[in-house]
Amino acid sequence: MYRYLVRKSLIYLLTFFVAVTIDWAIPRLMPGNPIDGLIARFQTNSTAAQDLHGFFTRSFGLDQPLWKQYLTFWQGLLHGDLGPSISYVGTSVSELIWQALPYTLALLVPAIILSYIAGNRVGAMAARRKSLDNTALPVAYVLTATPYVWLAIVLSYYLSFRLGIFPISGAYSFSLQPAWTWEFVKDFLAHWFLPFLTLFLVAFGGWAIGMRNLIIYELESEYSNYLQALGAPSKLVRKYAYGNAVLPQMSGLALALGAVVGGALVTEIVFGYPGIGTLIITALNNRDYFLLQGVFLFIIIAVLIANFVVDIAYVIVDPRTRAGIQGS
Amino acid sequence: MTLAVDNLRVYYRTLKGDVKALDGVTFTVDDGEIMGLAGESGCGKTTLGKSLIRLDGRMFVQEGTVHLDGVELPLSDDKGMNAFRYREVSIVPQYAMSAMNPIRKIGRMISELLDSRGVSYDETLPELSRRLGLVGLDDSVLDRYPIELSGGMKQRTVMVLSTLLNPSLLIADELTSALDVSTQKAVAEMLVEFRDRKFVKSTIVITHDLSILYQIADTILIMYAGKLVEKGTATQITEDPKHPYTQLLLGSLPEVGLRFEDQRLTGIPGRPPSLLNPPTGCRFRARCPLAHDKCVEEPPFVEIEPGRFAACWKVTA
Amino acid sequence: MVTPALAETGEGAGQKEPEQRGKRFEALHFAFHNTKLVIGLTIVLLLLAVAIIGPYFTSSDPFAFGYPTGQPPSSHYWFGTTAPGQDVFCQFVYGLRSSFIVGALAALVAGLIGMAIGFIGGYRGGIVDDILSMLTNVVLVIPTLAVLIIVAAYLSVGSLTSEAILIGLTSWPWAARAIRAQTFSLAARDFVNLARLSGRGTTRVVVNEIAPNMSSYLFLVFILLFGGSVLTAATLDFLGLGPSQVMSLGLMMNQAVSNAALQLGYWWWFIPPGIAITALVGGLYVMNVGLDEVFNPRLRST
Repeated sequence: MYRYLVRKSLIYLLTFFVAVTIDWAIPRLMPGNPIDGLIARFQTNSTAAQDLHGFFTRSFGLDQPLWKQYLTFWQGLLHGDLGPSISYVGTSVSELIWQALPYTLALLVPAIILSYIAGNRVGAMAARRKSLDNTALPVAYVLTATPYVWLAIVLSYYLSFRLGIFPISGAYSFSLQPAWTWEFVKDFLAHWFLPFLTLFLVAFGGWAIGMRNLIIYELESEYSNYLQALGAPSKLVRKYAYGNAVLPQMSGLALALGAVVGGALVTEIVFGYPGIGTLIITALNNRDYFLLQGVFLFIIIAVLIANFVVDIAYVIVDPRTRAGIQGS
Repeated sequence: MTLAVDNLRVYYRTLKGDVKALDGVTFTVDDGEIMGLAGESGCGKTTLGKSLIRLDGRMFVQEGTVHLDGVELPLSDDKGMNAFRYREVSIVPQYAMSAMNPIRKIGRMISELLDSRGVSYDETLPELSRRLGLVGLDDSVLDRYPIELSGGMKQRTVMVLSTLLNPSLLIADELTSALDVSTQKAVAEMLVEFRDRKFVKSTIVITHDLSILYQIADTILIMYAGKLVEKGTATQITEDPKHPYTQLLLGSLPEVGLRFEDQRLTGIPGRPPSLLNPPTGCRFRARCPLAHDKCVEEPPFVEIEPGRFAACWKVTA
Repeated sequence: MVTPALAETGEGAGQKEPEQRGKRFEALHFAFHNTKLVIGLTIVLLLLAVAIIGPYFTSSDPFAFGYPTGQPPSSHYWFGTTAPGQDVFCQFVYGLRSSFIVGALAALVAGLIGMAIGFIGGYRGGIVDDILSMLTNVVLVIPTLAVLIIVAAYLSVGSLTSEAILIGLTSWPWAARAIRAQTFSLAARDFVNLARLSGRGTTRVVVNEIAPNMSSYLFLVFILLFGGSVLTAATLDFLGLGPSQVMSLGLMMNQAVSNAALQLGYWWWFIPPGIAITALVGGLYVMNVGLDEVFNPRLRST
């Protein structure tokens, strides 16, 4: 078990290292100078621009040799300092990310967990009952083929704009302040529901299809056949099939995390939800390279941690890995 | 009389039509008898074995009846058969080595299986332990996962598990195909021991390996292309085969001590006929060196001496 | 020798040719009777037809202004017009074209990289495989969209080709993993060992022995990559990170949202692009399942 976890940790560390390096390298390898873009925002005359240019270049350490810049970057990173933001001058990137994070998590965590559980259940049921299979499966395919952005737009249009059931954007109404009052919570949930639903539906489709296929495969396995030949009730056979199917499905969860995170980002953008996604759009519009870098890094770290959590869960669920034998 | 099979026809549904895998077999197996069922691949022996306990997805019973201890087995009724499965009819499958749930400890799996069949695991445990000991395993096996056992150990565990409720009929499907020679011997002897200790009443051993049958079977039933071809005691079949197919089958066995230069191995030229549209008359006549005009008419499987059956005009005429 | 007493046995040597022909006919027969394949293929081909022929029915510039603003669908403008006065149907067919081009190209790029890495790792094994696996895992874990956003933001994608290459460069790990697994099982087979023993180099063995035997599998992988790329491209385009001078379905949605189409109720501007993407990707996925059943008789449910 420990060997398995250690091996995974190594991969994640390596990935982290690569990701940080890419993140650091890209602005420096791309055509154009980030400082130029920064200066362009302040429409000053040319001599002032030159001075500002020099000032910013020095303060961002861009006049240092590359290797030194790299090390400085790592130093800052390990202290939790991701640099200053250009979009919101005066606020650090870390602060902005911390502010936006709870909203994104509020969407992602319930969406992933609930869609995973629901998708698995429905997929397993569809594998058993032909009638359910014929209706649920096409729906699942349509859902998984739907782009997150479009589902977000459709839900927003019909349920917010046309029918007015849900608010159009934001995380809560302008008039309210975040507080643990029932009024606020109700308002928050109203704003939260549609983005959550978008993520839930698309992800649900994918899990349902995956689980259905896995269960069908397990129901035809040799241990299933043996149990049935010995007259075991289908309840027991299904229980075993489900237990075996969960394992590859969990590996699938780790793989799909990246995709769902991407979906969350764009869904937030459509709904104007003040999470990491909206932060990205702001950064893009303002050519705020530091914010963009910081967000990217943050997303990577978050996904790596999530993957690690899933790996630990896998160890708990697969008794063979626990016993020290490589399960698969 | 433990098992009586009467004119059993079991076909497979395919897109091209029905494959007549088992096309009218009639035989009996007595209490305490170990009957070997032998033949080439595709002759219907595995179909016969499976149909007696659980029909696969595509299989269906066209006609025929099977009686076990005087009671008719509802072969086509999956729910009805459940009452008989494991208790009266049991099977050690071809894939015994992967027959156990990989993510359950063996003991736990057995207990869940027994409980689901209304048998108390705790009460059965002492007997289970004893039998495991008989085949050379100890209780620690119950605490392991299948992946921790060797192939032979898994095979033996499944054999114990399948016979735990002392079934009337045990079907051993290709028990030794995946094993090395010494393990084959041990497993075959285990079958005999189970019968001797009255764990099972009658056994049908399905295999293409005649040498194993010679070792442990009381009687041998030879099948070809879905039909029965010859039946007799193990000694009779191996030393004095009557049917040309049996003779050729035995002729293709290598004999210890003989060298290739001295006597060549004769195979049987040609291939078995398609069972989608089987030929009329004797199904072996295309490959039979003794075929003649009468063979266009199907020879019946008749008793030529007490306990000795053959389906061949040359023998019965 | 034995002479058959009746010429009615269907089996035996010398039956090889009709047997092989029979096999191919059997595959085609299954193909045409497989509901999923037929439905999926029909949808995809229909959309393809629209994408190819459509532009001949409309003006050549999907960005052109001058049409009446904000018109709902009518006999004049089948999909209506946009808020600033563009022809939505025109945008739609050109956008659909872009989806096909980017999807296919990106799938090709990702497929080629995935094949290279998957084949070599799966065939060579050992330390080569370990390194390639590690590389695959690293790229796999990194969320594609995040990388694409960053790179696209800096690079400002100018054409469909560069967008396709970008997407291809980030979506290959899944394909590499799948191909590697298949290669492992194939590499253990005798005909491969034979080739290896005769001293053939890795490339030749892979190209001549392994790849042809996996052709159906590779095709399935390609289709899934195609579907995934279309989705990714749509999202990128929606974020404004795709080529801004080329019309795409994602760009349509982007412009719709930024021009307050939701508030104005111009549903014809943003609903059709999404339907097209969902239909195309869904059709591809369903096709994939159907093809899998045709190629692997085991999976057939009839």
